[in-house]
Amino acid sequence: MLIDRNGATSEAWNRVSGADAATVTRPLVPFAEIDAALAALSDGAELGIEVPNTIRLAALEPHLVRVALVSIVFPAFSDGRGFSLGRQLREYGYAGRLRAAGPLITDQFPYALACGFDEVDLPEASAARQPPELWVAALGVMSNTYQRGYQSGGNILDQRRAARRNFAGGRP
Amino acid sequence: MAAAPKRPPLPAILIANTFLEGEVVFRAAGGWTPDPAQALVASDEAGAEALEREAAAGFARNEVVDAYLVDVAIGTDGVPVPRHFRERFKTLGPSVRPDLGKQAELRRS
Amino acid sequence: MYRYDEFDERFVRERVKQFRGQVERRLSGALSDDEFRPLRLKNGVYLQLHAYMLRIAVPYGTLNSRQLRQLALIGERYDRGYGHFTTRQNLQFNWPKLKDVPDILDLLADVEMHCIQTSGNCIRNVTADHFAGIAADEVEDPRPTSELIRQWSSLHPEFSYLPRKFKIAVTGAAHDRAAVAAHDIGIRILKHPQTGEVGYRIFVGGGLGRTPMIAKTVRDFLPKADLLAYLEAIMRVYNLEGRRDNKYKARVKILVHEMGLEPFREAVEAEFAKLDGPSVNADPAEAARIAAYFAPPAYETLPASDASYEAARAASPDFARWADVNLFPHKVPGYAALTISLKPIGGVPGDATSEQMRVVADLAERYSFDELRVTHRQNLVLPHVKLSDLHAVWQALVAAGLATANDGLITDIIACPGLDYCALATARSIPIAQSISQRFGSYERQREIGPLEIKISGCINACGHHHVGHIGILGLEKSGQESYQVTLGGDASEDAALGVLLGPGIKGEEVPDAIERIVAVYLRERVPGERFVDAVKRLGLGPFKPALTGAPTRELADAH
Repeated sequence: MLIDRNGATSEAWNRVSGADAATVTRPLVPFAEIDAALAALSDGAELGIEVPNTIRLAALEPHLVRVALVSIVFPAFSDGRGFSLGRQLREYGYAGRLRAAGPLITDQFPYALACGFDEVDLPEASAARQPPELWVAALGVMSNTYQRGYQSGGNILDQRRAARRNFAGGRP
Repeated sequence: MAAAPKRPPLPAILIANTFLEGEVVFRAAGGWTPDPAQALVASDEAGAEALEREAAAGFARNEVVDAYLVDVAIGTDGVPVPRHFRERFKTLGPSVRPDLGKQAELRRS
Repeated sequence: MYRYDEFDERFVRERVKQFRGQVERRLSGALSDDEFRPLRLKNGVYLQLHAYMLRIAVPYGTLNSRQLRQLALIGERYDRGYGHFTTRQNLQFNWPKLKDVPDILDLLADVEMHCIQTSGNCIRNVTADHFAGIAADEVEDPRPTSELIRQWSSLHPEFSYLPRKFKIAVTGAAHDRAAVAAHDIGIRILKHPQTGEVGYRIFVGGGLGRTPMIAKTVRDFLPKADLLAYLEAIMRVYNLEGRRDNKYKARVKILVHEMGLEPFREAVEAEFAKLDGPSVNADPAEAARIAAYFAPPAYETLPASDASYEAARAASPDFARWADVNLFPHKVPGYAALTISLKPIGGVPGDATSEQMRVVADLAERYSFDELRVTHRQNLVLPHVKLSDLHAVWQALVAAGLATANDGLITDIIACPGLDYCALATARSIPIAQSISQRFGSYERQREIGPLEIKISGCINACGHHHVGHIGILGLEKSGQESYQVTLGGDASEDAALGVLLGPGIKGEEVPDAIERIVAVYLRERVPGERFVDAVKRLGLGPFKPALTGAPTRELADAH
């Protein structure tokens, strides 16, 4: 099941080997097979890659300009490496789609979005226990966060700063 | 965590904590009991398997967590006593607070 | 002290509601038990031997009277009328029911407290020098920095699923009372040697547990404004590179050790350089907002000595003996900080009843600007008491059984809960502490021995900090019995050192005799003014080895 901030969404990508990339629209290929995929695809064709959470940003950087989806594998919900990798990709300037693929739990959904992910690709067993409405509800639980620079709505430090500015500006 | 992966030597009893309270309980004939004297004792393979099934079922029903078999000696009064000191403390309460835990509650009752 | 604003308040309230929902989802089956466990741990809920345990954060060890009274109330309403102060300046309740925890969290939120991240593989409650704002050797109060870190680390989106737990401690003083070298990150506030600018020295990779290590300096001087970005750089390197294949090798100390300090530092600095500092760091106005809460209280202008205090000392030898040991000099003339020992002779280290908490709360409100501290040595501190009030405070403490005169002495023993409560323990800790305390209960004898820190852990995880005890005791299981290893020469101060194993494990009932013989060797060998730990460092283990088991050294014990 694919989840984004609005709930369940339909899968637009097709998982294939790199060599078969041209046989489908929007192929999603293992990162190790990206060269074969690029060789098969025409220049403008969209390409998605699936990467392990152990990969270093530097290894991805040269390819990001050609990629429209990066799917980072979370081998277990307790393995938080993907959050840092996602965040690094966004800091680097990657502007394509970012997916977390693995057995996440709904409580992690706000964290994933804050780190720059757009969507979560859940295995069926997790999806059966955690329907889409739980994922959407998880986003409304904490209205504010303390960290600056993450993609979350209510950043407390910046809200305090804005309040200070308004207060100062409102003085006679 | 429904059952310990390795089975201890027999005879054994099934020990667990209730999920919503955390209280130490034992599997008895009719359900879970806080009193170790009421614990069912498995003295053969079939008995141990039956207790392991109860552990899994109790976990699945959200009754207990951390259920596992504990090897025991049977005292002269017929009451099973865990052989390992850790599990003995678990059936009694803190040794430094004899006024608390099962050692106090069962004495009172 | 810090007070919540509307954001902090909403944050803890929503967090309680979230936990309520997590329990419900565990019951409904939406969450598996494996998924629920880290969520409950991140709200401080453990399953222990006899019951659940709830660990409440006391950020950097600072409390007010209203908070302590609320803890007393929770202890009575939901527990068994007592709580346990821990080596991480937290408070643990030993008997709460899981179904009551959300209500307890609501009561905590009522007084601006929480259990957020007191357990789990995340950044834990930040600790600091318990004499913050009091000590004369302080460059700057460490609590504003600690509070900034508390907020920044709370529910961090990137660092809530780390390889392992992560502990940060802050000191602002030359003398390290926060054991920063024994933490994953230690922060020392200091002045730049050339410019005089106040900033941070950052240590990484300390920790006790199975593989004890002293932290290493990763940054000599960090400008204050860069703190959060630098911490984020360290955390990111750890989150990405820390080992996840073996929980015993997952702490950052192992990563630093395996990478090597220089490559680790380079990785951190490279990440720090890439981070957009201004978008991550707190702006100076926010730092100033927090710091303002820790402004000094309205001290009176007083002479450095007080006649009524001197008269009370002269009139009451017991008071004088207590004051000689349990007072700490305050930087403001006419005031003292006093340690309330939670180590009564033969008692359970760190335990306080709800009645005692109320007594301490009343004293803090009346005599100490409504403030008190929890120390990592499992005692409490009234930080700002007028010399002229000390006798009245002492009398109230005597009546509550809280006036044990043993701060820093051999009966001021740190002990984890051990196998009396803890599901991870391999042996009991508390009865060992009790038997040593009883053996050395005499005040005169303790003073003769002088400063001596005994620290006891009931398992290799070392919550009792045994590695850095002058005498460390580690309880293990050996052939189906409790067995205790003794180490000597550990030191948690700025001269941080790990204790060295004295010999094979001994039985619990043999421990007091062994300690007695070890102390006898020290008394025989010391030079005037030499502390126990300094004598061990000078002499090495050699002279002490026979003392561990030795019948032959019986005459040494008799000599004292």
